[in-house]
Amino acid sequence: MSGDADQHIHIDPYERNWIRIAIGFLVFFVVMILVAGLALGIQVPTDEGRVDPNTLDQDSRFGNPGLREIVPGEEYEVYIVAHRFSFTPREITVPKGAKVTFWATSGDVQHGFALEGTNVNMMLVPGQVSKLSATFDTPGQYDFICHEYCGLGHAVMFGTVTVES
Amino acid sequence: MIEDRTTQPVRELTKSEKRFVGIHIIFAVAALSIGIQYGPMQALEHAGLDLYPKLSFLASSYYQGLTLHGVLNALIWTTFFITGFLTMVVIRGLQRPLKYPWLNRLGFWMMVVGLVTTAIPILADKATVLYTFYPPMEASSLFYIGLVLVVVGSWIEGYGMYFTFYAWRKENPGTRSPFVALASVITMAMWQIATLGVATEILAIILPSVFGWTSGTDPQLSRTLFWFTGHPLVYFWVLPAYLSWYAFLPKQVGGKMFSDSLARLVFWLFLVLSTPLGFHHQFTDPGIPAGWKFIHALLTLAVSFPSLLTLFTVIASLEYGGRKRGGKGLFGWIKALPWSNPSVVWQLLAGILFVFGGIGGIINASYNVNLALHNTSWIPGHFHLTVASAATMSFVGISFWLVPYLTGKPLWKPKLAAAGAWIYFGGMLIFSNAMHVIGLLGAPRRTPLGLAPYIPEEWAGHLWRIGFGGTIMWIGLMIFIIVTLVTAVQRKRLPADELVEVPIAESIRDPQATPVWLDRWRPWLITAILLVVLSYGPQLYEQITQVQLTSPGFSP
Repeated sequence: MSGDADQHIHIDPYERNWIRIAIGFLVFFVVMILVAGLALGIQVPTDEGRVDPNTLDQDSRFGNPGLREIVPGEEYEVYIVAHRFSFTPREITVPKGAKVTFWATSGDVQHGFALEGTNVNMMLVPGQVSKLSATFDTPGQYDFICHEYCGLGHAVMFGTVTVES
Repeated sequence: MIEDRTTQPVRELTKSEKRFVGIHIIFAVAALSIGIQYGPMQALEHAGLDLYPKLSFLASSYYQGLTLHGVLNALIWTTFFITGFLTMVVIRGLQRPLKYPWLNRLGFWMMVVGLVTTAIPILADKATVLYTFYPPMEASSLFYIGLVLVVVGSWIEGYGMYFTFYAWRKENPGTRSPFVALASVITMAMWQIATLGVATEILAIILPSVFGWTSGTDPQLSRTLFWFTGHPLVYFWVLPAYLSWYAFLPKQVGGKMFSDSLARLVFWLFLVLSTPLGFHHQFTDPGIPAGWKFIHALLTLAVSFPSLLTLFTVIASLEYGGRKRGGKGLFGWIKALPWSNPSVVWQLLAGILFVFGGIGGIINASYNVNLALHNTSWIPGHFHLTVASAATMSFVGISFWLVPYLTGKPLWKPKLAAAGAWIYFGGMLIFSNAMHVIGLLGAPRRTPLGLAPYIPEEWAGHLWRIGFGGTIMWIGLMIFIIVTLVTAVQRKRLPADELVEVPIAESIRDPQATPVWLDRWRPWLITAILLVVLSYGPQLYEQITQVQLTSPGFSP
């Protein structure tokens, strides 16, 4: 018997087919992720630079949190600061069809920010700036919820986006 | 050669070795028996029944209970059971005593000291930071010191296993190492690499800040180091279950191991792929470039490959056993399996739940898809199918032969023990499904939802199912604890001809035919370290060189 043959792993023919199927599945999943990311534009947060969590009130963006109109009726930015156990601002009102970019950070511990009915889901980490966007085509109320344990009052920490028709 | 191995009498564990393994199991089960008391309290809170004011001696808040639930079940029950079980497997697999028994003892008692040191501040409500302890939320320094001692103790137990394995290697040149022993040492090696992250986080960032030596922590770097360990932690829980499914369960159902080579390949792949993928827990983190997150998403999908191989190989081994028992037809072999054996039924149901856990895991890993579920109830719904099903149910199943093996006593009420599996399984299906559903609807995780003002009325049915399922699960595990306790303390002993043996399955093919490259450490270990350096190096360098210790501690 040659030394080479010894080095070959014995794989049952059924198992060989299963391996092909498994790899096929995984490749398919990667393609679907790429389609969602590139064709549908569903992106995860990326590095947006840092901010000093102890001096947020002097920061050019987070010192004055709230809604900014970029293109009236179409494009908005909102700067949000999370403190235990509330968001500032807590209520945001935008018109139907508005694209809103959420910029957020924390002034104390880690918080979460998940906006109901959208793909806006991000961690708010002190010292870091989080950013994601959503377009609101349907009027109504959308809660944004703190989804990271931030202390004993965590369960009541939320805010609301109101989309007017 | 082969005759030699089979005719030699098996070296079972000595009395003192059994005692050493047994004391691991005692601590593990004790931790579990406290940790699970909080489960139904949390689940019923969701359903609208707040037991915390009535049971304030158990926990002063939902979060203190949740911290105990997470630390005792997910960290202590698992680590103590796994180190005890793998110590047994190494000794029995290699049929030789530990090379340095004092080293394993040192590691074990360090873990015990660590457990006590961690438990004191949690019980005193001075460490209500949950088992992720994200800074800048701050616990008593004892909490972190205790955790480090548990982790370092488990490393030392791992070194003890490795030296024993190495000694066997020298004594048996040219022979393939027994799969069960190799798999045990691979699991401990993976754990050693993976826990460097959390050890660094605690020693270099958190403790200096808690002691006031630095101005604070860098929460983003802390998260990165935590999740370096956080995901491979799951494989540390699950690999001992895989080991049992590959090498013990086939023997228990009267079959053989389907493929020694593929089983080894799977464990090596876990050594290589378990660690370099932690960013998939940080897809929604601000301080990490999206490109690196995507690379870790690909690596996470890659690590599902050895699990998919396991799915095939384990089912093939079970089918082989089922057919030998007379099972016929496409599905007849399933019915022929010994479902009445409590050890077998807990593990078979663990495997079924883990299919759903695995599918959920692939969904979680899928980069942008994760936005729909990150930090929602979906996540605890998911990991109750992994750590609380695949791992815990398998450890329960293993205990049902391990405790009789260690004590020489018969299992008390095997029918009740088997019924416990179905009860827990049923409860888990209800609980986990409801948790997944409300997660997709937007319910946050680790939140007392009964208090949350944003929970709509329409979710009442789902929340009720969480309370109901969670309570049923508790009954299933209480059966395990009572059966184990009575088994261990009863006076009845097994007669000498009915003593329980360690059920190590033979491989269908002679292990000696396994290629040498599947029995060598160096190439796999080098690849593992290289992949960690490539996948983490650039981001760690970036985050460490730009570190800003600007977050002072906050008490919960």
